[in-house]
Amino acid sequence: MKLLVCISKVPDTNAKIAFTNNQTEYDTAGVQYIMNPYDEWYALVRALELKEALGGSVTLVHVGTADSETIIRKGLAIGADDAVRIDADPKSALFVAQQIAELARNEHYDIIFLGKETIDYNGAEIGAMVAEYLDLPYISYANHLEVNGTVASVTREIEGGAEEVEVNLPFVVSAAKGMAEQRIPNMRGIMMAKTKPLKVLPPVPIEDKAVVVMYQTPPAKSSVKLVAPENMDELVRLLHEEAKVI
Amino acid sequence: MQDNSNGLAIAKRAKEDRYQGHDYYLVDELLSQDHLLAREAVRAWVKQEVTPIIEAYADKAQCPTHLFKGLAEIGAFGPSLPVEYGGGGMDEIAYGVIMQELERGDSGVRSMASVQGSLVMYPIYKYGSEEQRRKYLPKLGSGEFIGCFGLTEPDHGSNPGGMVTHIKDDGDAYILNGAKMWITNSPVADIAIVWAKDEQGIVRGLIVEKDMKGFSAPEIKGKWSLRASITGELVFEDVRVPKSHVLPNIQGLKGPLSCLSKARYGIAWGAIGAALDCYDSALRYSQERIQFGKPIGQFQLIQKKLAEMITEITKAQLLVWRLGVLANEGRATPAQISMAKRNNVMMALEVAREARQIHGGMGITNEYPVMRHMMNLETVLTYEGTHDIHLLITGMDVTGLNAFV
Repeated sequence: MKLLVCISKVPDTNAKIAFTNNQTEYDTAGVQYIMNPYDEWYALVRALELKEALGGSVTLVHVGTADSETIIRKGLAIGADDAVRIDADPKSALFVAQQIAELARNEHYDIIFLGKETIDYNGAEIGAMVAEYLDLPYISYANHLEVNGTVASVTREIEGGAEEVEVNLPFVVSAAKGMAEQRIPNMRGIMMAKTKPLKVLPPVPIEDKAVVVMYQTPPAKSSVKLVAPENMDELVRLLHEEAKVI
Repeated sequence: MQDNSNGLAIAKRAKEDRYQGHDYYLVDELLSQDHLLAREAVRAWVKQEVTPIIEAYADKAQCPTHLFKGLAEIGAFGPSLPVEYGGGGMDEIAYGVIMQELERGDSGVRSMASVQGSLVMYPIYKYGSEEQRRKYLPKLGSGEFIGCFGLTEPDHGSNPGGMVTHIKDDGDAYILNGAKMWITNSPVADIAIVWAKDEQGIVRGLIVEKDMKGFSAPEIKGKWSLRASITGELVFEDVRVPKSHVLPNIQGLKGPLSCLSKARYGIAWGAIGAALDCYDSALRYSQERIQFGKPIGQFQLIQKKLAEMITEITKAQLLVWRLGVLANEGRATPAQISMAKRNNVMMALEVAREARQIHGGMGITNEYPVMRHMMNLETVLTYEGTHDIHLLITGMDVTGLNAFV
């Protein structure tokens, strides 16, 4: 099994969200970054489990600048064999997808894994784009994946239930909660990761087709109003006139 | 009424571990990728394995012995020893960072790892024969064996040189007699590193196995501190220890003292973890707790406490970072380690006490980690060289005059 796992860098869940440059850019000052949890906990770990069961290799790919190498190293510490970093600022989903597709085109991976979405922009676009560029099947929101020879059976999360799919290798899959359990790297893995190959490649030049005009933050939460239980008329009035929900 | 609901809502959320590190002087920039990854891994492990259970174990005064395996898997036992001997091949700063994150969870859990790594694996690695290294270190590193360290005696705490535990030559073995006290992990240990005087009065180190006849390790009960760590005695009644169990490459008190330097170094880092957890909890509480219609963090007296806490934590962080650099270069002196242990443990205890006050009445409950840390730190202040003894070590170092005798 030759497996590729796409990993992305996202702000820590405690990070403050602010924007600069006329609300067009995320303010990265003082922000701590982590590996996108869907990539780390589910996509990467399931890929490692398949490798452990069936043999083969797990390669990481990340589109980002040199300061994301801690995240790549963490992926190697958890157990990936090698990594490729496409040395570019990941400006848009389209840009990232094309970089990954260009890398994967000649490598013939059996499965390309990603998390179902990143927890910053929640776009959930890259998997579909990569699959389209490579003309491969795409299974999204998968929470279970087994491989039997050249066929995989995949269970997908769908609204109110589950969908079971059979697909021939190779394909692209996005991993959701349930596909695997988080693995914490140990000290030996952290030290071994230093000796694993990390290749840095230049990006393929791509023109962006869309630009961000502005980010908006949601309105600040207002305080809670308590209404006494005997004062139902007041509650109805507030719901109607202020909250405008009835 | 508003205050009440605020208090209940905050208490409910306190149960989830929302800890995040605090790095006011950007000391992280002085750390390497190894250190940051090690810290992130141990922090995740603590949140997953320690936080959910620690209050219950401390409450019952039980040691979560199942954590030994997890500590071994994550690599917390002897991380700075070579890989071939069951260690992690990391540097001294990585060791410090790991101890800090463990103690952020609980000083008792950190003690489990400190003893195994610095007081058991280290002396076997440093002073043991190649055969002893091969026999014990991989098993200790993997948690298959638990070890303990016997130096302190009922009548010889700060004065270990006065020890009465002794060995007598008996052909191919020594006959060991005596007793050791306040021994972390002893009731659950498979082996004990025991320091005893030979017939010439020279301190020797021995590896005593739990099955040796005449050896017992009763538990010490009734501790109000380090309640999640198991402590006991070591009692030797004519224990026949084969001569192959003597650590061949050390004689004299500098053997155990060099181990204590390693462990104290880890404590200097570890105490900051306890302080950070208290500060983190107090800072969050001060922003969420409403009194007189505003968060209590808006009051000057609360701000004074928080500002002083983070100032002292920051100073301690810089102290151990520099100590770590010196340790990596093999230049950290025992006296420098004493200064850091003494300063940082008292700092942590004072931070815990202030944090306790910021939490008001909630601070005395196990809804928050603060009182547990505070009680734990009373032990940390005393073990591995008391607060006062470390002061005298500094005093002796700067004056050249010995105030001990």
